[in-house]
Amino acid sequence: MEAVLFFLAAIGALGGAIGVVAMRNPFYSVLALIVHLFSLAVLFLLLSAAFVAAAQVVVYAGAVMVLYVFVVAYIGGGEESAWEPIPGQQFIAPLLGVAIFVELAIAVLASSLLALGTDGPDVKAGFGDPAGIGYLLLEKFLLPFEASSILLLLAAVGAIVLASRRREGESA
Amino acid sequence: MNIEWYIVLSSLLFAVGAMGILIRRSPVVILLCLELMLNAGNLALVAFSRMVDNQQGQVFAIVVMVVAACEVVVGLGLIVAIFRRRLPLDVDELRELRG
Amino acid sequence: MSATTWAWLVLLLPLLGSIVVSLGFRTIPARVAGIVGTAAVGLAFLCAVAALVNLLGEGAEARHHASSLWDYASAAGLDIKLGIYVDQLSVFMMLVVTGVSTLIHLYSFGYMKSDEGYHRFFSYLNFFVFSMLLLVLAGNFVLLIVGWAFVGFASYALISFWYRRTTATKAGMKAFVINVVGDIGLVLAALLIFRELGSFEYGTVFAHAPEVFHRGGWTVTAICLLLLVGAFAKSAQIPFHTWLPDAMEGPTPVSSLIHAATMVTAGVYLIARTHVLFYLAPTAADVGAFVGLATLLVAGTIALAMTDLKRAIAYSTMSQIGYMIMGVSIGAYAQGLFHLMTHAFFKALLFMTAGSIISAMANRQDIDRMSGFWKAMRFTSLMLVIGGLALAAFPLTSGFFSKDSILAYAEARGGMYTWMAIGGYVGALLTALYTFRLIFRVLPGRPCEEAQHLIDTGELYHGPPINPANEELEDADVGFPGAEHHIAEQSRPMAAAMAVLAFGALFAGLIQVPGVDNVLFGFLEPAFADSPLSTIHPTVGAEWRGLAIGAVISVASIGLAWLFWVARPELPGLFRQRLRPVYLLAVNKWYFDEAIDFLIVRPALAIGRFANSTFERFVVDGLVTGTRETVSGAGGIVRVVQSGFVRSYALLLIAGFAGLGLYFLLSSS
Repeated sequence: MEAVLFFLAAIGALGGAIGVVAMRNPFYSVLALIVHLFSLAVLFLLLSAAFVAAAQVVVYAGAVMVLYVFVVAYIGGGEESAWEPIPGQQFIAPLLGVAIFVELAIAVLASSLLALGTDGPDVKAGFGDPAGIGYLLLEKFLLPFEASSILLLLAAVGAIVLASRRREGESA
Repeated sequence: MNIEWYIVLSSLLFAVGAMGILIRRSPVVILLCLELMLNAGNLALVAFSRMVDNQQGQVFAIVVMVVAACEVVVGLGLIVAIFRRRLPLDVDELRELRG
Repeated sequence: MSATTWAWLVLLLPLLGSIVVSLGFRTIPARVAGIVGTAAVGLAFLCAVAALVNLLGEGAEARHHASSLWDYASAAGLDIKLGIYVDQLSVFMMLVVTGVSTLIHLYSFGYMKSDEGYHRFFSYLNFFVFSMLLLVLAGNFVLLIVGWAFVGFASYALISFWYRRTTATKAGMKAFVINVVGDIGLVLAALLIFRELGSFEYGTVFAHAPEVFHRGGWTVTAICLLLLVGAFAKSAQIPFHTWLPDAMEGPTPVSSLIHAATMVTAGVYLIARTHVLFYLAPTAADVGAFVGLATLLVAGTIALAMTDLKRAIAYSTMSQIGYMIMGVSIGAYAQGLFHLMTHAFFKALLFMTAGSIISAMANRQDIDRMSGFWKAMRFTSLMLVIGGLALAAFPLTSGFFSKDSILAYAEARGGMYTWMAIGGYVGALLTALYTFRLIFRVLPGRPCEEAQHLIDTGELYHGPPINPANEELEDADVGFPGAEHHIAEQSRPMAAAMAVLAFGALFAGLIQVPGVDNVLFGFLEPAFADSPLSTIHPTVGAEWRGLAIGAVISVASIGLAWLFWVARPELPGLFRQRLRPVYLLAVNKWYFDEAIDFLIVRPALAIGRFANSTFERFVVDGLVTGTRETVSGAGGIVRVVQSGFVRSYALLLIAGFAGLGLYFLLSSS
């Protein structure tokens, strides 16, 4: 059962990823990414990370992707031109991608970390629950938590500054 | 499923994201590929957290999500600003950005 | 005051004169500059006399002193001092140099009067006197080389004194280059001496040389041969002589001082000074003697064919110096120096008279155009005759005694040196012949146009200013001779100087009459007492016999000259036709200039051109351009990376990451 779910989610994730890269229209890329993100949420659930999965759906697929959709709608789905100014880029990029995947795969599969070959230890019941994460966030990782909130503030301010209209003659 | 599968999947998604950055020229799509890579990293984090039976990995994954969100916000703000100035939305054309 | 203090003063005064005149060339009026220059050298002469008196007050054995002002370099085995060496030889040379220089300064006072470069002339002339004194007074080889080089420079500066004449500047460069060749010989010799003997000081070197070298050894012969190269270049002996006739481009006082009386005798002084080394290298000494003999004969033949007055006298100088070089090479040190002194007198006098005649000829020097000056310029003509008699070794003149003393010594030494004496007598015949050729061409006969003008109007003939060497028109501005010329009859200083020299030319020989008095040799010979050669003395009888032969030759040659150029003037033309190859050889100066041009100048130029076209172009330029192109090529290649494309940067980034991963995978397997 778990395996079936895993493979379905994996295919969804992979398909979404390839869709992001391959689609010509950026709007379709955004939609593909949304599919990818939902698949990842399923995978998180399979890994007993319930809260993370929820956060993924709510924050990522919910907020961030909506932002993307708004921006792409504003900009428009312009196609890119076919001509490649950098010689060899279209050729080398897939090669590099394959190379990275192969290397990482070999690193993982041939690793001496024996625990990788298992399903993982049996987890307690509350593993992945919000309570545990909450405790961690507010006790051990308080500083990173607060720092992240400042980062969010900065990002918000930055976005407003970047996208605001300038005083002198700006077009809409 | 063995944890290996998750890690291998994560690396595959990472590779796809990397390839996407190199191939695509629209800044929006490049940001999306960036998201792909970040999510692949998240997946690896969560898988390891499950392997080690330690929730700190999941906390890390949440922080990564926060960072990704901020980055997307700023990046999209940039793209909107570029669009407003009628510059071509093409990473190859934007070689000499001026304020 | 000691002799060395006087000697330092002698050195200092001309230097001061030179500096004062050169610094004041705008502020000091011309006459004053001339007086300052002449006075500087005149005072130096008086100081030299004082040094002599001082030296005479000591015993003959003690008459050598070294005095040093300052340690120039004193480390690591080197010990070079700024020091002078005062002994009989240097005092003698000092006296000759300062004495004749004073008279020539006096002559220049009048002769160069209307020249635009008057101050420059006196400054250079004083500097020359300083350098020559430095050369003869130097107490070690380093200072000798310094003086040697300064003298070469002064000669160059004075030869090209009229610097806007291309012939003059070319002649100056030629003289300088040939002098430098000699300098190389001298420097190499000094370095070898230092290497073998460990010191540059005369005292140390000459004391230790007999211990370190054995007679006839390779090193000391090499040293002496190198010294000879230096001596020949400076004294214009074959094959380094080609600069001297061209040096006549300088003003006449320059020719008279530098190229007759003083600088060209530096080689003679050098050989006399290093006589200890030459005794240890008999081969080198013989080379010197042969070259001296060859020069005196060759130069004599060339002088017979020359039509330029100054050049003929220049070849005469070369020939007489050949006598001196031959003399000091075979061991006749005092005799050679005696001839040096008398030659200074009569040759300087001859040049002065030549200057007077050239002035009357509106700067032309061609004897073919000259005649009848006896009627036009009595005093100058008389001076010319006196100088000519002394040069031709007419009985009882100074040249008579001095020249024959050398030849008598050569006979007394015997062996192959007797042949040198015979060669010397042949040379004496040639000398008298060419001397009186000049006199009989210029003085008697119907006055030429310029002379007639002088007789009629009492004023000098004024022609357009031309370069006598190539008949080019010039102007009379600075860098060229002035518009006005001066002759002895109209210029008191010139006449006074010539009169004093005439007195010396006539009577200076009387201080050394064989069997009667021994003033000069008695003074000089102790300086050479450390050479076994100085013990050779011809008997009084042999000396008088030599004098008699010399007298006969001299009078006979004068008679022959009378025959050729007064009584039967068609004879020289006949001889020229009959002996055409000989004539051509003589008039083309034995083709030495052409030989040097072919053997040395052309290969050097060819090497230079080859170096420029090949070596310079391929190697040097190739290296430089190649480096440049490599660097800029590399830069060009590297620049490609900076494309400005973000995606290519990303590509590099990811490629680097992939590579790193590969490395770690491989290293951990």
